Amino acid sequence: MAMNYNAKDEVDGGPPCPPGGTAKTRRPDNTAFKQQRLPAWQPILTAGTVLPTFFIIGLIFIPIGIGIFVTSNNIREIEGNVFMYYGLSNFYQNHRRYVKSRDDGQLNGDPSALLNPSKECEPYRRNEDKPIAPCGAIANSMFNDTLELFQVGNASDLMPITLKKKGIAWWTDKNVKFRNPPGTDPLEERFKGTTKPVNWVKPVYMLDSDEDNNGFINEDFIVWMRTAALPTFRKLYRLIERKNDLHPTLPAGRYYLNITYNYPVHSFDGRKRMILSTISWMGGKNPFLGIAYITIGSISFLLGVVLLVINHKYRNSSNTADITI
Amino acid sequence: MFRRSFNRFCAGEEKRVGTRTVFVGNHPVSETEAYIAQKFCDNRIISSKYTLWNFLPKNLFEQFRRIANFYFLIIFLIQVTVDTPTSPITSGLPLFFVITVTAIKQGYEDWLRHRADNEVNKSTVYIIENAKRVKKESEKIKVGDIVEVQADETFPCDLILLSSCTVDGTCYVTTASLDGESNCKTHYAVRDTIELRTVESIDNLRAAIECEQPQSDLYKSLGPENLLLKGATLKNTKKIYGVAVYTGMETKMALNYQGKSQKRSAVEKSINAFLIVYLFILLTKAAICTTLKYVWQSTPYNDEPWYNQKTQKERETWKVLKMFTDFLSFMVLFNFIIPVSMYVTVEMQKFLGSFFISWDNDFYDEEINEGALVNTSDLNEELGQVDYVFTDKTGTLTENSMEFIECCIDGHKYKGVAQETDGLSQTDGPLPYLDRADKNREELFLRALCLCHTVEVKPNDTVDGVTESSELTYMSSSPDEIALVKGAKKYGFTFVGVQNGYMRVENQRKEIEEYELLHTLNFDSVRRRMSVIVKTQSGDILLFCKGADSAVFPRVQNHEIDLIKVHVEHNAMEGYRTLCIAFKEIAPDDYERVNRQLIEAKMALQDREEKMEKVFDEIETDMHLIGATAVEDKLQDQAAETIEALHAAGLKVWVLTGDKMETAKSTCYACRLFQTNTELLELTTKTIEESERKEDRLHELLTEYRKKLLREFPKSTRSLKKAWTEHQEYGLIIDGSTLSLILNSSQDSGSNNYRSIFLQICMKCTAVLCCRMAPLQKAQIVRMVKNLKGSPITLSIGDGANDVSMILESHVGIGIKGKEGRQASRNSDYAVPKFKHLKKLLLAHGHLYYVRIAHLVQYFFYKPLYDAAYLTMYNICFTSLPILAYSLLEQHINIDTLTSDPRLYMKISGNAMLQLGPFLYWTFLAAFEGTVFFFGTYFLFQTTSLDENGKVYGNWTFGTIIFTILVFTVTLKLALDTRFWTWINHLVIWGSLAFYVFFSFFWGGIIWPFLKQQRMYFIFAQMLSSVSIWLTIILLIFVSLSPEMLRIVLRSVRRRSTRSNLSCKKASDSLSTRPSVRPLLLRTFSDESNIF
Repeated sequence: MAMNYNAKDEVDGGPPCPPGGTAKTRRPDNTAFKQQRLPAWQPILTAGTVLPTFFIIGLIFIPIGIGIFVTSNNIREIEGNVFMYYGLSNFYQNHRRYVKSRDDGQLNGDPSALLNPSKECEPYRRNEDKPIAPCGAIANSMFNDTLELFQVGNASDLMPITLKKKGIAWWTDKNVKFRNPPGTDPLEERFKGTTKPVNWVKPVYMLDSDEDNNGFINEDFIVWMRTAALPTFRKLYRLIERKNDLHPTLPAGRYYLNITYNYPVHSFDGRKRMILSTISWMGGKNPFLGIAYITIGSISFLLGVVLLVINHKYRNSSNTADITI
Repeated sequence: MFRRSFNRFCAGEEKRVGTRTVFVGNHPVSETEAYIAQKFCDNRIISSKYTLWNFLPKNLFEQFRRIANFYFLIIFLIQVTVDTPTSPITSGLPLFFVITVTAIKQGYEDWLRHRADNEVNKSTVYIIENAKRVKKESEKIKVGDIVEVQADETFPCDLILLSSCTVDGTCYVTTASLDGESNCKTHYAVRDTIELRTVESIDNLRAAIECEQPQSDLYKSLGPENLLLKGATLKNTKKIYGVAVYTGMETKMALNYQGKSQKRSAVEKSINAFLIVYLFILLTKAAICTTLKYVWQSTPYNDEPWYNQKTQKERETWKVLKMFTDFLSFMVLFNFIIPVSMYVTVEMQKFLGSFFISWDNDFYDEEINEGALVNTSDLNEELGQVDYVFTDKTGTLTENSMEFIECCIDGHKYKGVAQETDGLSQTDGPLPYLDRADKNREELFLRALCLCHTVEVKPNDTVDGVTESSELTYMSSSPDEIALVKGAKKYGFTFVGVQNGYMRVENQRKEIEEYELLHTLNFDSVRRRMSVIVKTQSGDILLFCKGADSAVFPRVQNHEIDLIKVHVEHNAMEGYRTLCIAFKEIAPDDYERVNRQLIEAKMALQDREEKMEKVFDEIETDMHLIGATAVEDKLQDQAAETIEALHAAGLKVWVLTGDKMETAKSTCYACRLFQTNTELLELTTKTIEESERKEDRLHELLTEYRKKLLREFPKSTRSLKKAWTEHQEYGLIIDGSTLSLILNSSQDSGSNNYRSIFLQICMKCTAVLCCRMAPLQKAQIVRMVKNLKGSPITLSIGDGANDVSMILESHVGIGIKGKEGRQASRNSDYAVPKFKHLKKLLLAHGHLYYVRIAHLVQYFFYKPLYDAAYLTMYNICFTSLPILAYSLLEQHINIDTLTSDPRLYMKISGNAMLQLGPFLYWTFLAAFEGTVFFFGTYFLFQTTSLDENGKVYGNWTFGTIIFTILVFTVTLKLALDTRFWTWINHLVIWGSLAFYVFFSFFWGGIIWPFLKQQRMYFIFAQMLSSVSIWLTIILLIFVSLSPEMLRIVLRSVRRRSTRSNLSCKKASDSLSTRPSVRPLLLRTFSDESNIF
């Protein structure tokens, strides 16, 4: 890059004081800062310096893009851990009224917030004069279908596949942000005085039999509470762990999905889906990133070439760095 | 006689309107009359705007008059009252910040004023009360108090001088702090009280004074001789007693103190224009969104799905009201497109930026030991926008240090340093003069030079034995006079000084001649002459008069004129200032009459000025012309170079001067305002008076000139600039009387016509010289140009009190810290020591500031065009600092290059950088980037997971990604634009990015107990753990920066192409790169638009 380090030489010292002048001179300080002469690096962005950038970007982006694209496309093959998602569409979890409708204090186990939830939870704040725990529209609308996966054996018998419930939420959410109300009593005691959300079948302390996955720290619940950015979204439901390295996690064959249908989506013209996916180092399958990288890299490279040609046409006229406005 | 005059002061019986009665010492005049204490204001000076009590309400009120602040207040109120998507804090906090910063700044400034006021108000003074000296604070002085002032003290209020320590009751005063004239002026005590020199005797005085009501005109009369003004300083007199007549805010000084009207820069007006455009966009956007919302909601499951029900209250709200609140909510949501922090950043940029001007070493002048002075920081960028420069001649273009060059006595020319040693043999060398005038006439002329002036001799502290006359320091308000007195000295006549009313002159034979000074008829700019009446030792009474030729010639015998006129005109052509000297003998009887008239006029309470003028006019008639002098007015250092540079920068330079045409013209030639090939169009009394009917002739000339110019220049304005370089240059000369003829023509229909023709002519001329201008006319011209179509930016530069009006009138006023006093620099926006500094001020500082601020503004409008909603706070912290540093330090072009290549100035003239083109560019860039950010992230989120452990991300991550990209892009874009990387830039740009990262970690790293919702918890850290997100961020940053990079490449390519054209055609094609975009509403918005 054509840069010149331009340290303008400072004039050494100030001017000599007028002879015998003890009088304070009002001459401004002759410092580099005040005279706007600070040493400065003056990069001159000309075609010569920017063009290589385009080339380099192009050269870097295209391989990365190809790498990503290939990785992303390989995800199809079900090896390694398999992740089970449920997907909803046309569900506006990002609606502003919806997003606000929760009380993080209550979810963090604050006893006062438990019995007196935040106003933001309206109209899901109280039911029959009892505070709702967990309050708010998000919690109230928690996804409550049950999905079970079976492998259809040779004799058409169903072999259930172990679906791991834990490990699907952010670690920090599970351990810091969400907490049950304090105490050593059984959970039911600790939630005493509250009532279940209107749409729920069971109260919050009966979400799971495992003490470590019950109440507010139920991971299905935590995942639901992380509101999605877009109306069509997926949420992690279960993990299918790989048992050993020799067999694929889900070998080819017939499978049977059993859905306990609770969750209504027709009223808002929604769809439900179940997705099984493996994950690479860069996440789930998404051709976007790879394609984008390849495209941008190519465009950048192409631009570089075009500009180089244009630039070359005028090269002869002048070589010096120029003043730019 | 004096008794009578005092009686006039003491005419205490009747209290007329327009006068006030002051009881000396607050004692009643007579015992019978009951003493009625009159109410006058006290002696407190208040220049401050606020008190402790009203600061908050008043300041807030003033701040909310600003359209932007008011807008944000409204937004804030909406957020508080209506249920909106963003919390009130997001707009309340920046608003609070802005308001606080501004309030602190203004409060600090006001505190400084308070302190300055207190310094004056609390200073100790001595008052005579009950025959005792009482020490008091200055603010306690009441009207009527007798005040004692000692040498070198400043008068605490306007005083009538009662007595001084000298026998004759005189005292010397300098008014340097009032009008900058540093010479000593003599003031006289009231005759009747001269004897009262002790505390006791003065306390026994029983008198009343009747005087005019307070008036502001400082120059009308710097006091009748016995009025001492507040602010002036007592010199060379041990102490005086005076009675306070005007106090506090009624003193002349206070009445003259006027808050300067706020000048607003074109850039600020552009900002307001942008603001309004954006406001419009905002309203449209909000309206569209509301409509879309209701369209979307028309399907019931979208309006209220089961999972997201409305509260009872929401359901019951009236629909129209609901729509309205929705509209308001959208407005609030999108209000970030109008940057709240911009105003404060702009203010800070200007405030800090102005320091660089006062710090600039190049503006430092050894002679006066001072650098540039910045009185207002609001106009920094305006310096880069100037279209018209109005300059004063004397003291601005020229040094105002005069040198006596030659004189002419009865038509005989005397030149060079004459060895005027009468009686002795001529020294060798060429004859100093060609032939000699009559001996008597010669001496008369030289005596006239020695006597006809108001020069003071500064008593040197010479040890006895050293001859008095060896080193005399002359002081005068006018440097011409000093030059003349010094000139006379060269010829053997030395003015030694004034003693007891006698002027002493040492003649060629080393004898002291004494003349009693009877009257001085002071110089004023209307008469353009001054006279003295003296009595010689032999008892003859003589009047000497000197003045401009036009003022003197009509008052002398005709036959004397011709000889001298030739010389005068010749000298004027050479650029000298000429004065004519005339005298007249006054018979003793006549003198009686004259004397009486003069005193009457002087003592007049009303219309003093007119009366004096009338008397003067009568006295100065039938004189005899003796000769003329020529004084050289040296051009200022590099004045010509500066003018040339300004011309090259495409500025139009107008010279407005009070001087006569010939002198002014020659100065203009000397400083290359007119080139030798410039064709001059003259509109002067000379060209007009040839004809019988002035107006007809004027009309004729105007149309003729217009025709000429229109023929020369084709209609289209675009080629105008080019035309200048190729075609004949025209210069226009107009004088004051013609100008007033044009402006105040009797027929109103005609005057408009003349005016427009005149303006058309002016616009086509490269240089305009206006001579014989009264100060008010200068301002008139400036106003006229200011109101031209396209409202060009005007700049006035001048040094004297007569330039103040034009300095105040123009967009940017620059004062020269010259010899004609401080009046100009006090009223200016910027003050520099020399004219040559204008070059750097405009070409370098002005240019840089303009570019800086333009970038700053564009950047601000560009920056927050995305919905950064809940993160506004970040906006202030992360992205304001870098742009501030940038806007302070950027030098996209080297200062030296700027000063040496004035053509660059043209590129930014006409507010080029804040026009529709660049504005649209930035807006579209911002829109483009917003789209890229959003959809880039949107597509990214199509996937199941972005993580290697399959976990999902929510809407907050989505927002944070966008915001991170935003912060990086915006900062890096700035980095791309920065051409001048000092360590501060490095620190601030990289520092703010680092701070952003750090802050995000910090903000997300803790459960904040005071927050209701822990939305941001761990989002940032979690986000960075995903490789995909990293890749996306890098990709999107690059994509959004690529248009900018492309622009850089294309520009450099295009520049090369223009350069290659340039080298072929050798034409000044860089002029054609000037954007031809028409100004966007820019200055059509008047000042009212940002005041409610």
